[in-house]
Amino acid sequence: MIRIRWRKLDPEHVSRYTFHERAVHLIVAVTCVYLVLSGLALHTPYLFWMSSVLGGPASMRLFHPVLGLFYFVFLVYMWWMWRRDLRFNRADRGWMQKMEAYITNHDDDLPPIDRWNAGQKIFFWMMMVSGIGLVASGSVLWFPEYVPWNLQWIKFLAIILHAACAFISIGGLMIHLYMGIFLVKGGFRQIITGEVTRCWANHHHRLWFERVTKERADG
Amino acid sequence: MSEESRRIRKISAHAGPVPGTGTVREETVAKLIDVTTCIGCRACEIACQEWNDLPFADTVFQNDLQTMPDTAWNVWTLIKMNEVEREDGTLQWLLRKQNCMHCADPGCLAACPAEGAIVQYENGIVDFDHDKCIGCQYCTIGCPFNVPKFNPATKKVFKCSLCSDRVEHGLQPACIKSCPTGCLQFGAKEEMLHVAHKRAEQLREHFGYENAGVYDPPGVGGTGVIYVLHDVTRPEQYGRLPKDPRIPTAVGLWKGPLNWLGSLAIVGGLIGMLAHFFLFGPKPDPSGEEGHGTEKSK
Repeated sequence: MIRIRWRKLDPEHVSRYTFHERAVHLIVAVTCVYLVLSGLALHTPYLFWMSSVLGGPASMRLFHPVLGLFYFVFLVYMWWMWRRDLRFNRADRGWMQKMEAYITNHDDDLPPIDRWNAGQKIFFWMMMVSGIGLVASGSVLWFPEYVPWNLQWIKFLAIILHAACAFISIGGLMIHLYMGIFLVKGGFRQIITGEVTRCWANHHHRLWFERVTKERADG
Repeated sequence: MSEESRRIRKISAHAGPVPGTGTVREETVAKLIDVTTCIGCRACEIACQEWNDLPFADTVFQNDLQTMPDTAWNVWTLIKMNEVEREDGTLQWLLRKQNCMHCADPGCLAACPAEGAIVQYENGIVDFDHDKCIGCQYCTIGCPFNVPKFNPATKKVFKCSLCSDRVEHGLQPACIKSCPTGCLQFGAKEEMLHVAHKRAEQLREHFGYENAGVYDPPGVGGTGVIYVLHDVTRPEQYGRLPKDPRIPTAVGLWKGPLNWLGSLAIVGGLIGMLAHFFLFGPKPDPSGEEGHGTEKSK
């Protein structure tokens, strides 16, 4: 038998995301990127060439709704998994009022916050609300042959809603990727490894840091 | 079209002007359906299925003469039989051959996201290229006539091609060829309109159909299939022929302003993020300065 020696948590690090959380995030992330790229290929002729990279135009049309369903199911699961941390709390109100400081990178002026800041929570709810719109309209566009001719307005509503919700999602995703990869140092690393330095945790999410270190000390 | 290659420029040993030189043939073609002379024999349906090699569809008994409720992926043309009550209480049979209208401004083409899957030829025929069709069925949302039909087995959408493969070789569409009454005619659109208006005039003046006229809806830029109707003011009574068909507003909005607004927002967002990165840079890394955050906020 091979004994697997799992990576040990560095004493200078705090565990921010469990393997389970990272796996769920990965599924949502990969499906979301495929959905955005295949959606954009159908959105404009200038990006239709992407369809050949994404499995060929006809296959892409088949994959898009299936992965869309996958994405939404795991998005809902993600909410269930993180439902306590995704609630808006009092700390968020103070943070929202000081959002300017966050945008201009004067993070020291921000009040301490819990596991996520209000912006991250807004991002999640943006994806969730537009996701509901996308699934509702998408299921009409998945099987439009079952919509009778006298209910054609359902299809009209679906194409508009699908496009509108897609742009909310794409906007959210763009900012999320920008911040996670480029803006916040170590942001991309933590969703892969699940670890952050104690210093980073204390700096960005002090209430959460204090909570988890206390829990660990107590337990 | 092959007929173009027979157009004469010079004739050997010919005295005087060359007949037909410099003339440009009317390229846009049209199918004329004079519903007033249709006898509902359905020869056109059979000819269509034979020529286009379509498997026969099951008929559906609906307690009337209608063979099936609608066209299908393998039924590109269907005679719609409508019993309409006149104002004086008598019944009138209104027969209409339903098929793709070959709009000058096709809604299917406007809605299609697949490159080259729908083409409109110079002669006005709107055709589907099934190798390029991705089966998204957006064409069924763009079409104001409920024409394109989906085949779930092949995941492709089908409709009448106006026998573009026959027309290409100077032949009439199969349905025209089979029509025994001359109700169906095919030719240059200009000529067909002329014939249609002549027939409508005849109906008005000699048959007492005061509202007889030609159905060539301007909302879709005119169509490649035109009807002569007994009553052009009420096309709906011919089995849901729309009175003023247009590309649906939602489709226009979706493929027009909304599309550009979305693209603009994405590009604007990218530029905005780039600008933010250059103006403010990445967030300072706290790991270098131990306890940095704690001191300041307390």
